[in-house]
Amino acid sequence: MKYLGLIWANLFRKKTRTLLTLLSLVSAFLLFGLLQAVNVLFNSAGDFVGATRLVTQARVSFTQALPLRLLPQIESVDGVDAVMYQQWFGGYYQEPRNFIAMFAVEPERFLAVYPEWVLAPEQREAFLKNRTGVIVGRQLADRFGWKVGDKVPFNSNIWPQQNGDKTWPLDVVGIFDGKDEDWQRRTNALAYLNFAYFDEARQFGRGGAGTYTVTLGDPDRAAEVAREIDRRFENSPDETRTQTEKDFQLGFIKQIGEIGLIVNAILAAVFFTILLLTGNTMAQAVRERIPELAILKTLGFRDVQVMSFVLAEAVLLVMIGGLGGMLLASGAMAVLGSLPGFPPFRMDATVWTWAIGAMIGLALAVGILPALTAMRLRIADALRR
Amino acid sequence: MALVEIRNVTKNYTRGRETVEVLHGINLAIEAGDFVALMGPSGSGKTTLLNLLGGLDVPTGGEISVDNQRIDQLSSAALSRWRAHNVGFVFQFYNLLEHLSALKNVELPLLLTSLGGAERRRNAEIALTVVGLAERMTHKPKELSGGQQQRVAIARAIVSDPTVLICDEPTGDLDRASADDVMRLLQALNREQGKTIVMVTHDPKAAEYARRRIHLDKGTLIGEET
Repeated sequence: MKYLGLIWANLFRKKTRTLLTLLSLVSAFLLFGLLQAVNVLFNSAGDFVGATRLVTQARVSFTQALPLRLLPQIESVDGVDAVMYQQWFGGYYQEPRNFIAMFAVEPERFLAVYPEWVLAPEQREAFLKNRTGVIVGRQLADRFGWKVGDKVPFNSNIWPQQNGDKTWPLDVVGIFDGKDEDWQRRTNALAYLNFAYFDEARQFGRGGAGTYTVTLGDPDRAAEVAREIDRRFENSPDETRTQTEKDFQLGFIKQIGEIGLIVNAILAAVFFTILLLTGNTMAQAVRERIPELAILKTLGFRDVQVMSFVLAEAVLLVMIGGLGGMLLASGAMAVLGSLPGFPPFRMDATVWTWAIGAMIGLALAVGILPALTAMRLRIADALRR
Repeated sequence: MALVEIRNVTKNYTRGRETVEVLHGINLAIEAGDFVALMGPSGSGKTTLLNLLGGLDVPTGGEISVDNQRIDQLSSAALSRWRAHNVGFVFQFYNLLEHLSALKNVELPLLLTSLGGAERRRNAEIALTVVGLAERMTHKPKELSGGQQQRVAIARAIVSDPTVLICDEPTGDLDRASADDVMRLLQALNREQGKTIVMVTHDPKAAEYARRRIHLDKGTLIGEET
């Protein structure tokens, strides 16, 4: 610790240069934090669902509907406890930027398969009985000021009613909560309407549902049950693909593209640039003070100590910049995550571990050559410069 | 036995394919408490000899003993430790760390000791007081005159109470008045505190402060005056 003052003073001997380098490091790690948090969000998209449910979709694509007549065949598979079906509604409120993840479901089956949604008994009853009823997530209701009894004109960007109108006036009969914080966070954009009403009223596609969701008595039998469901529809016009709900969620996300690959490619480019920039700063800093380093050796500091000072400067520089950037990213995530319409971004331990690893790697990469130069310095030669 | 014993010391440098012998079999003894001025024209080998005495370089041949210790046989790390405990250095251009205050510059050698922070600071303050800079402790080198900077360098050289002070042209960058101040300070350290001083200088006036003046030419000792 007694050397910290000396290392700190050396680091800031050219204040402007050091501050500019720090700024570039802060920017790089801010970007790293933000992009990795997005990456985590995408990769953990299915983490909350557990492993007790399977999702069956058309083998070709989940955009192709499966007929409702598959229901009894799926229900009869050994190991299946309950089955529900749902259709993506493609909803929004007033304008497309007010996106709502909205599904048409058969209420009784839906509530049996998703006990994670908490609904007051009378609202549950109302959802079961009211054909034009819709239940909305708590945070979504709060966002638009909806309450039970309201009639809300939802819009679909896919489904017109038989009269061609894509606006669906529905009665808010319930507002649901999540069973825990994770699920509650997902109430910010979710709504469910009654499938029977939707199916009758829609202009096309009647009798079909996008996916079936199956609950399992024994999660260990997931692979076996999935195989059996798909086997039943092999070589039929309605071949299926069954997977765990988590895999389905991830597959859905990956429709957008290989997010991880894109994120990592951007970060690689950023860090390569930072490596060159910071490496150059460190090398220049050491070149400029060769006589000073020679003086330290003259006074009795050993080669390895002088090398450690230079390396410690690199570590300190990168750690200050890196931690600054990561803290800013954490703050930005917290603010963004609390805004309506934004997903629940968070900076988890994995992101921090990667960030600390990147800081150490970067510090060693930029510091090692100048440190070795300092170590190898011959006093008599260096003092003559 | 003398404090410093130099026996048949040679030093060669290799430049490309050519080997240049800078010192040719130097023999010299310096007693404890002596004040020696090494004089000679440029290229005579006086700075090379000073570097060997201070453990900044190693001889090609011969022996160098300081306080009965053969320093020519020490490893690089051991030589560093030896320098930290036994030698104080003063250079022509002061060689202070520009971004540190006078106090922090003087404290530097004490970082290599087991002293605590408060004790290091106290010793550095004493050393600066000895050289007459008690009022300039927090000043950075750029805020001091050349003579004051050299005094800071002398304070840094004496703060760990070394056996020998090695001075390489300590007045070479100073005006006459400042040079005399610095030389009087070195003389006082020699006379009043018994510091052994070996100094390289071109300046005959500075050399007059020394007890012995040894002349080198072309890598050989050619004469001595007292």
